[in-house]
Amino acid sequence: MSMQAADTAPAPAAPARTGGAGRERLRLLLRSGTFLAGAAIVAFWVACALFGSDVVPQDPYAVDLMSKLQAPSPDHWFGTDRLGRDIFARVIVGARDILTIAPLATVLGTVLGTTLGLIMGYFRGFIDEAISRLIEAVLALPLVIVALLALVALGTSYITVILVIGLIFTPLIARTVRSAVLTERGLDYVAAARLRGENPFYIMFIEILPNVVPPILVESTVRLGYAIFTVATLSFIGFGIQPPSADWGLAISDSYGLINGGYWWTVLFDALAIASLVVGVNLVADGVQGVFET
Amino acid sequence: MSTLRAIPRRLLLSLITLWILSVIVFIGAQLLPGDVGRAILGPLADPRAVANLNHELGVDRPLLVQYWSWISHFATGDMGMSYTMRAPIAPFIATALGNSLKLAAVAFVLVVPLAIFGGVIAALNVGRPLDRIITVLGLSATVVPEFVSGIVLILIFGVWLRVLPINANWPPDAGPLTQVYYLLLPSLPLFLVLFGYIARMARAGTVEALDADYTRTAVLKGLPPRTVLWRHVLRNALLPTITVIATQVGYLIGGLVVVEVLFHYQGIGSLIYVAARSKDFPTLEAGVLTVGIIYTVATLAADVLTSMLNPRVRLGAAA
Amino acid sequence: MTPTAPWQGEMASAPDALSIRDLDVAYRVRGKVRQVLRGLSFQVGRGESYGLVGESGCGKSTVALAIVRYLARNGRVRAGRILLDGRDLLALGEADLRKLRATAVSMVYQDPGRALNPSLRVGAQVAEVFRLQGMPQAEALDRAAAMLARVQIADPSSVMGRYPHQLSGGMQQRVAIAMALAINPKLLILDEPTTGLDATVEAEVLDLIARLRGEFATSILFISHNLAVIARMCDRVGVLYAGLLVEEGGTRELFDNPRHPYTVGLLRCLPRRGRRKDHGRLDTIPGLLPPPGADIAGCVFAERCAHADEYCRAVEPPLYDLGGRASRCHYHERAPDLPRATPSDPAAPIAVDREERPVLRTQRLAKTFAAGGHAVHALSAISLELWSGETLGLVGESGSGKTTLARLLLGLIEADGGSVIELDGGQLPAAIDRRTPDQVKALQIVFQNPDSALNRSHTVRHLIGRALAKLARVPAPQQLERLLAFTRAVRLADRYLAVRPRQLSGGLKQRVAIARAFAGEPRIVVCDEPTSALDVSVQAAILNLLADLQATRRVSYVFISHDLGTVRYISDRIAVLYLGRLMELGPAEQVFRGPHHPYTEALLSAVPSLDGSVTERIRLKGDIPSAIRPPSGCVFHTRCPRKLGSICEDQEPPLIEAEAGHAIRCHIQARDLQRERPAPMPAEAPAS
Repeated sequence: MSMQAADTAPAPAAPARTGGAGRERLRLLLRSGTFLAGAAIVAFWVACALFGSDVVPQDPYAVDLMSKLQAPSPDHWFGTDRLGRDIFARVIVGARDILTIAPLATVLGTVLGTTLGLIMGYFRGFIDEAISRLIEAVLALPLVIVALLALVALGTSYITVILVIGLIFTPLIARTVRSAVLTERGLDYVAAARLRGENPFYIMFIEILPNVVPPILVESTVRLGYAIFTVATLSFIGFGIQPPSADWGLAISDSYGLINGGYWWTVLFDALAIASLVVGVNLVADGVQGVFET
Repeated sequence: MSTLRAIPRRLLLSLITLWILSVIVFIGAQLLPGDVGRAILGPLADPRAVANLNHELGVDRPLLVQYWSWISHFATGDMGMSYTMRAPIAPFIATALGNSLKLAAVAFVLVVPLAIFGGVIAALNVGRPLDRIITVLGLSATVVPEFVSGIVLILIFGVWLRVLPINANWPPDAGPLTQVYYLLLPSLPLFLVLFGYIARMARAGTVEALDADYTRTAVLKGLPPRTVLWRHVLRNALLPTITVIATQVGYLIGGLVVVEVLFHYQGIGSLIYVAARSKDFPTLEAGVLTVGIIYTVATLAADVLTSMLNPRVRLGAAA
Repeated sequence: MTPTAPWQGEMASAPDALSIRDLDVAYRVRGKVRQVLRGLSFQVGRGESYGLVGESGCGKSTVALAIVRYLARNGRVRAGRILLDGRDLLALGEADLRKLRATAVSMVYQDPGRALNPSLRVGAQVAEVFRLQGMPQAEALDRAAAMLARVQIADPSSVMGRYPHQLSGGMQQRVAIAMALAINPKLLILDEPTTGLDATVEAEVLDLIARLRGEFATSILFISHNLAVIARMCDRVGVLYAGLLVEEGGTRELFDNPRHPYTVGLLRCLPRRGRRKDHGRLDTIPGLLPPPGADIAGCVFAERCAHADEYCRAVEPPLYDLGGRASRCHYHERAPDLPRATPSDPAAPIAVDREERPVLRTQRLAKTFAAGGHAVHALSAISLELWSGETLGLVGESGSGKTTLARLLLGLIEADGGSVIELDGGQLPAAIDRRTPDQVKALQIVFQNPDSALNRSHTVRHLIGRALAKLARVPAPQQLERLLAFTRAVRLADRYLAVRPRQLSGGLKQRVAIARAFAGEPRIVVCDEPTSALDVSVQAAILNLLADLQATRRVSYVFISHDLGTVRYISDRIAVLYLGRLMELGPAEQVFRGPHHPYTEALLSAVPSLDGSVTERIRLKGDIPSAIRPPSGCVFHTRCPRKLGSICEDQEPPLIEAEAGHAIRCHIQARDLQRERPAPMPAEAPAS
């Protein structure tokens, strides 16, 4: 058992070094095994989403009831679903919708959350208190349930799914940004800026924002993983991506009633695809976190 | 910051949170959908029938009246009538909640000790391969959606090995052990999601405590490693984990929706799901608000518990 | 104190308490090996107190951690031996090491609040040491209580039942010392044990250590950056520079007659007793500490040494034995004649005309914070004046309100209603948002910690340029020219303009902060502990710079510091604050010479002096009271060694002029304050 103190090694040398913090972090990131593994997985699925439909041997949307529910074979590597569509082709192109919706929702949540967090952390007081209560109320509900409620009320479409997930992420990201801003606000450079007569927006966006980019970056990569998780789950319960998309969650929702009949291939490959994508994104997030939080 | 005297304040804040929550739920379930009668009867229905239904449901009243009538009844346990089942909602909620709590309890009893153990082991080997393995596996388990891991688990244990039932509904008159047996497979996806999260927190807390000056003091006193670990490290490391576990209650319930649907289990999650699919707004409202209340109460309880265990909070700062 | 033979060699019959031979320690940082200690050898004799002194990054804490074998995970002893009481520490197995820690060596370090377990009662933590020796619980608790009594904790049984966070910093450190001495160790390592404590508390803890040293037959390794503390506490001293022992010798000899240019330079950097800015500039040590792991062929100090020649740069000097002392300098005999790095000629002194209207004036300045339902009177009724070109020193311990005062003046926090701040005779709005641009630029600040004060995302060019644009309204075309003029004025090389703060050393960062503060040609600059985050060798250069800037720009300073030597050097007048009240205000020399307020007197006598001249010690009882519930009457009466009686508890004394321009807030008459010196406090001062 190791009972050793933390890294108390002397601080890096003071004299000027070439290259900024950013380049140093990138170098560390490229040396992190988890990051590289995750990035490779994500890159693979992004490539599939972009170019998959051009390279797959069969049309992923072609219904062929004559050859429905066929087990994997040289003709259909992953078998066929109950409409006779080629599962291999569908798995390859199945990332397209989720890889559009989830990142857009994350970007929306990050932009709104960052703005909100900066305002809360900088002004504090009543604004902060009021928004905090609201955030706490939203957070008292599981993500999937809030999304479900909102989508039932608004109706499901790509836009509503993006909006709903983006808006649910807003308070989560705002909370992270807020606590980072609170720390920064206590630092003397903020006082120095006020003593120069800078206005609050200059201080928030030019002085503080660059210093809270690392936690925002970490939080939004983590959020991207959750966005994929949530979109997949919503699609599975019928409130996310709609047919005839080849989306994986949708495919599992469509076929999981069949598994007791032994048609395991109708769900297994889609399940593995989702798992690999979320794990990939989260390995990237873990790598980013490791580099930025030390 | 807060001492025990702050508990009434915490309670008040929780009440405010619940109130805001009820407004959000009300807006979500009654305001946004617009014309409820039209939504239920469909676009082709006779406008008079729609108006009649709206009047019957009381949704043609002013919003504040509707909200007040809903929330004041809710507070007395009257959750209203289900649109689709044409029956009071409260009994459905009670049964469903009972079932869900059983499922959640099985998952919790399995995950909490194992995840804490995993996290502590990882922390004691920080930087070594064992730490990386636990961390990466835990992370991967946490991020895979429940229905994905559920499908794979069903395939393995239910379809191929045939050792566990894939339908969570136990036969009538089943004893507690049989019930647990039926809940084992559904609880595993929840276990996986929670494991990584709790283990991560336990690891972080332990690593921090291991690096703390007071641990150095304990080691330099010449105490045996076991004493250092139990008395000095874990005592301080695991306190924050309690709060984390409580906040996970909420996410657990979120996962219940999917797991209960997947395993055809009659819990609060599947109740919400069915209500959502059939646009049964009163049931949806009641279910969602119940979930919110459970989460808020759990967080509050965890807060109070941590305050009681932590002398810094319990006794305040130096006078 | 028991004087020991200054140079105990191999011939000593009993083994030394500690003997370190050719110790090499390195850290692995991002795959690179950085050597931190190089061939370090020294001995601590039995009963001896040995001081290890050096600036940050010299490796002194690594020495302590290596001795107790608690190096960070990435640290490794690469060569050498550590003998504790004759036993080779590095060869011990886990069980033997544990036994050694439990019986022979213990350590006390900085920040006692973190060294104690926050969730265990104090009694249990102290008793643990005795339990380890096999004592039953009841006996262990008794022994723990007795031990706490020996470190002068007045009410051990009540303290035993408390948690560490319920004790003040000074009390926490006593508990830590009690735990360390409980095993009656052969060697006690004290690593910056009083750094971070207030001056009066530090003095008490140092007294305690000195006394306990006589009671326990313990040898001490005392590690500090503070030369005066080392001078007060140690028999022999080793000076560490870049992981090398550069000089060693008896404390008196070494400080009176240093034989290594680094030691000489360090001592010259300190504002010595009575030295003031108009007596001349402080000497400095040019250059920087070599980066850890740097490969240096000759003498490590050659780059910064005025004596250094080709020989020094080519051949590493051995530790020359000078008979009872040693120096790692080829020219050790010439070391004391080291030419000055900074000429002594003082900047032309400014004639301050106090008949003029003061540039800044406060009346009844007060600030009340609300904290957890309590009103905290951080500052009460401060009336001050500051004239053009002068420096007002603000002195006080934690809770005195000196930083609050600075922030009120700047408008960063708003003063209570009824407070008046006047700039050039005109009323200044309390909040900065309501001040005119001219008012804003008139008052600027240099913060204590440049890492916090400089935005780490911005380049030096942007940091200073933005201040020029906003405050001086310099149009863009002329900006670069003005920028260069400013960076040169603070002696910052042009090549640093494109650099971000983290790539600069502490001293350079503070120069950037100073340049920024002066960008708008302010009338008044608040200096909030501007040198206390810096190493001694850098402090002097910053003080010189501030004095020069004042002379050339006729700016006024409000200079906050806890270091009385620094305040005395730079200030024309001094204000002493205690619990938010102004206790004494007067010309610097008169405040130091007396008559003093009893609190000022205690502060002055709390400071250990380098020349080891022990002044009459006035020690204060207990800790600084909380500002939430300040004592009635005179706020100082709870700790005052010269309390008169009930009048002090009932009535707040007025601020009375003891002599022209020198006011004291005390019921005792000024002439009595001067004449009657109190007897030293009895050693067993009961704690609060």
